Amino acid sequence: MNAIQILFWFLSALALVSALMVLLSKNPVHSVLWLVGVFFAISGHYILLNAQFIAIVNLIVYAGAIMVLFLFVIMLMNLNKDTEPQKHIWMKLAGAISAGCFLMILVSLIKQAPELQAKTAMMKDGDIGLIANLGKALFSTYVVPFEISSILFLSAMVGAAVIGKKD
Amino acid sequence: MPIQYYIFLSLALFCIGIAGVLTRRNAIIIFMSIELMLNAVNLLLVAFSKMHHAVATAIDKGNTVGTDGQIFVFFVMVVAAAEVSVGLAIIVMMYRNAHSVDVNFLNRLKN
Repeated sequence: MNAIQILFWFLSALALVSALMVLLSKNPVHSVLWLVGVFFAISGHYILLNAQFIAIVNLIVYAGAIMVLFLFVIMLMNLNKDTEPQKHIWMKLAGAISAGCFLMILVSLIKQAPELQAKTAMMKDGDIGLIANLGKALFSTYVVPFEISSILFLSAMVGAAVIGKKD
Repeated sequence: MPIQYYIFLSLALFCIGIAGVLTRRNAIIIFMSIELMLNAVNLLLVAFSKMHHAVATAIDKGNTVGTDGQIFVFFVMVVAAAEVSVGLAIIVMMYRNAHSVDVNFLNRLKN
C-alpha cells in the first residue's frame, strides 16, 4: 500500500463514519459538526484527485458558509437539546432497510458493469482540476450558465428575505 | 484508484443520506441529509471526470477532457447554496408558525 491508497482508505472511513454519526447523534449541533467532518473528508478526496479548485470551493462554500448557516438556524431555534421528536422504531427500521436494499442493488449492479471493470481514476496528476483550466472553461464555454447563476442567487436572496420577513 | 471504489463510496454516502431522510423527523437533519446526497454525487462527478481524463491522456497528452464534469460540480454547489438559503428560510418560517421543526406536523394542509 502506498501513501495514496492509505490516504484514500483513511478519508473514505472518515467520510462514512462521520456520515453515519450525522444520522445517529441526537443533538442537531453534533450532527452539523459531523457533517463538517464529512465535507472535510470529501475535500481531501478532491485534493487526492488533484481537483484543487473544487476542493477549496467545497471547503469555503460548504464547510464555511452553509454549515455556519445551519448552526445559526439551530442556535436561533434553541434546538440544542435532546427533545427531538422521534419516529416510531418500525418506521426507522423500514427506512434503514429500504436504504440498505437500494445500496445492495446498486452495488451488485456496479460490480457487474463491464464498462467500469478496468477503469481507474487518475490520482495526483492531470491538470484539468487546476484553476487555470477551469477558469478558462467557466468564462468561455460556460459563461452564460455562470451569468444565469447570478440571477439564481439574486432570486434566492429575494426569496429568502420575502419568506423570512414577519408578515 | 479503481473507479469502482469511488462509486461504492459515493453510493454508501448517498444511501446514508436516503436513510437520514427516511428515518429522521427533524427538518434540519433531513435538509443536512440532502446536502450529504449532493456531496456524494459531486464526489462521483469528479472521480468520473478524472477517469475520462486518464483515458484521454493515454491517447493524447495535454488535452482537457473531463473539464465539463468539474464545471458541473461547481454549478451543483451554486444551486445547493441557493437551495440552502431558501430552505432554511422556510424552516425558520415553519418554526415561527408551529414552534417545532417536526416534519410530521406538516402532514395536513388545513389549520
